[in-house]
Amino acid sequence: MNVYADNAATTKVSQTAIDAMLPCFSETYGNPSSPHHIGQEAAKLLMDARKTIADLIGAEPSEIIFTSGGSEADNQALITAAVLGSRKGKKHIISTKFEHHAILHALNKLEKEGYEVTLLDVHENGIVRLEDLEAAIRPDTALVTIMYANNEIGTIQPIKEIGALCKEKGIIFHTDAVQAAGHLPINVKEQNIDMLSLSAHKFHGPKGVGVFYCRRGLPITSLIEGGAQERGKRAGTENVPAIVGMAAALKEACENMAVNMPKVQALRDKLIDGLLKLDEVILNGDREKRLPGNVNVSIKGIEGESLLLMLDHVGICGSSGSACTSGSLDPSHVLLAIGLIHEVAHGSLRLSLSEYNTEEEIDFILEKLPPVVDRLRSMSPVWKRMKEGK
Amino acid sequence: MLYSEKVMDHFTNPRNVGEIEDADGVGEVGNAKCGDIMKIYLKIDDGVVTDAKFNTFGCGAAIATSSMATEMIKGKTIDEALQLTNKAVAEALDGLPPVKMHCSVLAEEGVRMAMLDYYTRRGEVMPEEYRPKCDGECSECG
Repeated sequence: MNVYADNAATTKVSQTAIDAMLPCFSETYGNPSSPHHIGQEAAKLLMDARKTIADLIGAEPSEIIFTSGGSEADNQALITAAVLGSRKGKKHIISTKFEHHAILHALNKLEKEGYEVTLLDVHENGIVRLEDLEAAIRPDTALVTIMYANNEIGTIQPIKEIGALCKEKGIIFHTDAVQAAGHLPINVKEQNIDMLSLSAHKFHGPKGVGVFYCRRGLPITSLIEGGAQERGKRAGTENVPAIVGMAAALKEACENMAVNMPKVQALRDKLIDGLLKLDEVILNGDREKRLPGNVNVSIKGIEGESLLLMLDHVGICGSSGSACTSGSLDPSHVLLAIGLIHEVAHGSLRLSLSEYNTEEEIDFILEKLPPVVDRLRSMSPVWKRMKEGK
Repeated sequence: MLYSEKVMDHFTNPRNVGEIEDADGVGEVGNAKCGDIMKIYLKIDDGVVTDAKFNTFGCGAAIATSSMATEMIKGKTIDEALQLTNKAVAEALDGLPPVKMHCSVLAEEGVRMAMLDYYTRRGEVMPEEYRPKCDGECSECG
């Protein structure tokens, strides 16, 4: 058996999305900017996709900018807000310690350009506190950017309340909803969201395509200059097949959300319960306020990458926040942000589920994982020391 | 593929896992903060490494280099074992990704640390050039 439990990294493209995309390669292959009928057929698909996505998140079609994915959307949102802020002399930005690197690294860049950044604590449960945000807001705060749900530990933030606070204070609110879109309800108007990023491949759409939603009235800064596509805010011939696939995937995900959410959540809870029965295993992130498919545990005494390789060997694909998987010597900034010590952060395992997973697969994981853990622990000096109580 | 077949072989079937009860030299290098700890045990008779074992907390490459390094010094004289370099360990594994080279450094240092313990127990002085440099600060060999 092969179990794919790395849906937070990417997902399988749904048949619905594939079916929607295929004709765009061979039939409606025109350039939407071309006035002839083949181009205009593509333009119509583009318009329909924009309307579909706008409706699904409670936005207007004119507020949707298609991008190459979540990272581009995040960058464009931050730069747009930074430019708008600096026009009013506001150069302070508030975010959190456990954002995606697309946000954190873009913020580093803005810091070098003279912006000031405050990163909020996310506490042990991985959730931002409104009082912390309120205390961090200054007269020169231009932007608050807080992710909807965390990509590693799955914790869901109080987006609507954060948005309301920002609205009251006249601050732009951006949320990176890459992990939430298609999995949790989104309504930008009801949730007071000014800007939002999403990425198709996290909800069974294709890779390389995403959305930057920007509320009307906030002039957008273009990152890519060229033609007049996306109302001049994002040049480059539109990736029509991917955009059409994204719209189909998001529609499908939202239509099935009421069924899939409890189903995936039940699988998640079964997996969490099973893992927590093992010796010295802790759950990372709030137990309740987490994405339906996210399981993230630290298995003490072992290192994440070796665990992943061994699990892959028995047919289980997961992910880890260990240094060895991050390409640096430090483990995941997310796990350090929720207060884990390095040793425990190195032993983290993320298993992220989707509606394509089954109960048999969860049983399979719970059967195969314990012997792998025992084996790695049996050769671990860290585990031996722990057991000797040193 | 991240790792060579040889690395995967030494990772999935590591040689020399365990401890030596009556070891003549034991050395530990790395630190859990950085995600790698290697503990090497040596049995030395008449100047020859007659047995070598390890315990490792770390990534696939750390386990594979521990396995390979202990294999490479078994049956060797002390002098030969001290000449084991991280490059030789990496080469024997058909190479390591650049970000994992520090794991081979750890293996070389682990052997030398165990040797230092051997010399110290005997009241002898270890040749200066082979003294381990590991001070537990992993960024040194990152």
